[in-house]
Amino acid sequence: MTRIQRILAGTVALFVAAVQPVQADAPGRVVSINLCTDQLAMMLAAPGQLLSVSHVASDPRSSAMAGQAGNYRMNHGLAEEIYVLQPDLVVAGTWTPHSTVSMLERLGVPVAVFQPARTLADIRERLVQMGEVLGRPAVAETMVAEFDVRLAALQEDMSDRPRAALYYANGYTAGDQTLAGQILLAAGFANAADEAGYRAGMKMPLEMLAMIAPETVIAARRYPGGSRSEEILDHPVLGAFRSGSTMTAMTDQDWVCGTPYVLRAVEDLARTRRGMTGADR
Amino acid sequence: MRLVLPLVLLVFVLFAASLLIGPAGIGVWEGLSALFTMDESPQALVMREIRLPRALLAVMIGAGLGVSGAAMQGYLRNPLAEPGLIGVSGSAALGAVIAIQTGAATAFALALPMAALAGALGGVLVVVALAGPRGTSLTLILAGIAVSAMAGALTSLVLNLSPNPFAASEIVFWMMGSLADRSMTHVWLALPFMVIGGGLLAATGRGLDAMTLGEDAAEAMGISMGRLRLAVVIGTACIVGAGTAVAGAIGFVGLVVPHVLRPLVGGRPGRLLWASALGGAAMLLAADIAVRIVLPERDLKLGVLTALVGAPLFLHLILKLRGTRI
Repeated sequence: MTRIQRILAGTVALFVAAVQPVQADAPGRVVSINLCTDQLAMMLAAPGQLLSVSHVASDPRSSAMAGQAGNYRMNHGLAEEIYVLQPDLVVAGTWTPHSTVSMLERLGVPVAVFQPARTLADIRERLVQMGEVLGRPAVAETMVAEFDVRLAALQEDMSDRPRAALYYANGYTAGDQTLAGQILLAAGFANAADEAGYRAGMKMPLEMLAMIAPETVIAARRYPGGSRSEEILDHPVLGAFRSGSTMTAMTDQDWVCGTPYVLRAVEDLARTRRGMTGADR
Repeated sequence: MRLVLPLVLLVFVLFAASLLIGPAGIGVWEGLSALFTMDESPQALVMREIRLPRALLAVMIGAGLGVSGAAMQGYLRNPLAEPGLIGVSGSAALGAVIAIQTGAATAFALALPMAALAGALGGVLVVVALAGPRGTSLTLILAGIAVSAMAGALTSLVLNLSPNPFAASEIVFWMMGSLADRSMTHVWLALPFMVIGGGLLAATGRGLDAMTLGEDAAEAMGISMGRLRLAVVIGTACIVGAGTAVAGAIGFVGLVVPHVLRPLVGGRPGRLLWASALGGAAMLLAADIAVRIVLPERDLKLGVLTALVGAPLFLHLILKLRGTRI
């Protein structure tokens, strides 16, 4: 599929999203209180259906849709401020404080809770789930179809998988059983941390990073203001594995949530891999 | 002099142990040869860029805290004086945190130790002004509590106001200290200040010995009180500032070490200085080895261990002093 076709597909999907009628029994006043449900809801809701998103959604460092988030009222996930909006549906993540969810349910507000996505397949499921709770299954289907097409375009020759490790503040890494690990695999890398037994998101001592000697380290993007936690990313050991074309490879807002923006992260990272292996098209 | 050899040996053994303990599981000979051969193997990277700076910093900071504790105790003639307890370390941490959060530390690397030094200087000046050589233990401790509380509160405030999501959780690092994941950059950053401070404090030995006879007697022996005070204040600020800037505030080393070694040097403050430097290095190396053995995955803070040893001793000292001076 060419770039033109992809853009066309995207335009069609947007057009469909705009004109698609809302189902009769669909909720009319929806509030989202989790960064990831914020983005899914902004993608799928009918105009006027979504009232408010969480304040994190407008932070460009965490949110891939910070621009769009400005069009919605901001909430801080507090039961009181959500209740006064009189929503007929609240969408939340499993990491939303249990006390908030149960308070809302006691107040008679239905809450739909979304699991975080851990694989690319989970992203399709979350899209379908959001389409269902918003009463917009057809829009969700279109988006899933588009997602599949873009994902298929990424499956290229991956016989040469460079060994990479993800490394975050405080020495955390991510194995294959995480969304970030899945992005790494989809982009054609092998996860060196996973090989060493770090399967989930967990702490990997700097010494272990040095011992597994990955071909590159993909580091987390820095937040403003300094912190000691992020100083580990300046350590000479990381510098020894980050050089040339991979110097700039960073995890950013596209990596945070299970949304189609993950594909943008995969595409960027695949470009880095092609730079490393010399398989530039 | 019988004390030198055992202390030097102890530091040497602990230094070697510190180099050889870590999650990478590198063998003794493998590790030592990786340290001295110039290749690019992972083992060499671990030994030279991770374990060596960590062990060096433990020696430098431990020795610095030991010697500044001994110097303050000699000058204030009070066994309770210690940079961590009287708020000098806390003020240094405040300086360091301000340098990091304002971006000064990124713009200019030396801004970090210099800001910490300025903080430490402020703290030590307040305490010395309030509790000078004629002050009682009570004034010293009260001044120390006030400076510590203020510096701690302001450090927490700065970190809580930071736009960085990790900053607030680092309050514990700045209050308890850790040597995890430091690099040679930190060694070079701290070293010059440590050397200057160490030199200043080492030169106070004769003055501190004379002070045991009383200020008047010391002045009669040709000791300038003003110069002695200046050396103690600036020397302590340099050492504590540089150490805290790279490793956070580590308490009680300067209390425990001089206390344990004082009887062994015949109670002479001058000789206690170098003995405390060696003892401090040994204590911090041991603490840093212990945090890696007890909870290898958790980055247990050094201050937790030093306080577990030091706080009971502190209480013991207060009990001992109760009838006499407080």
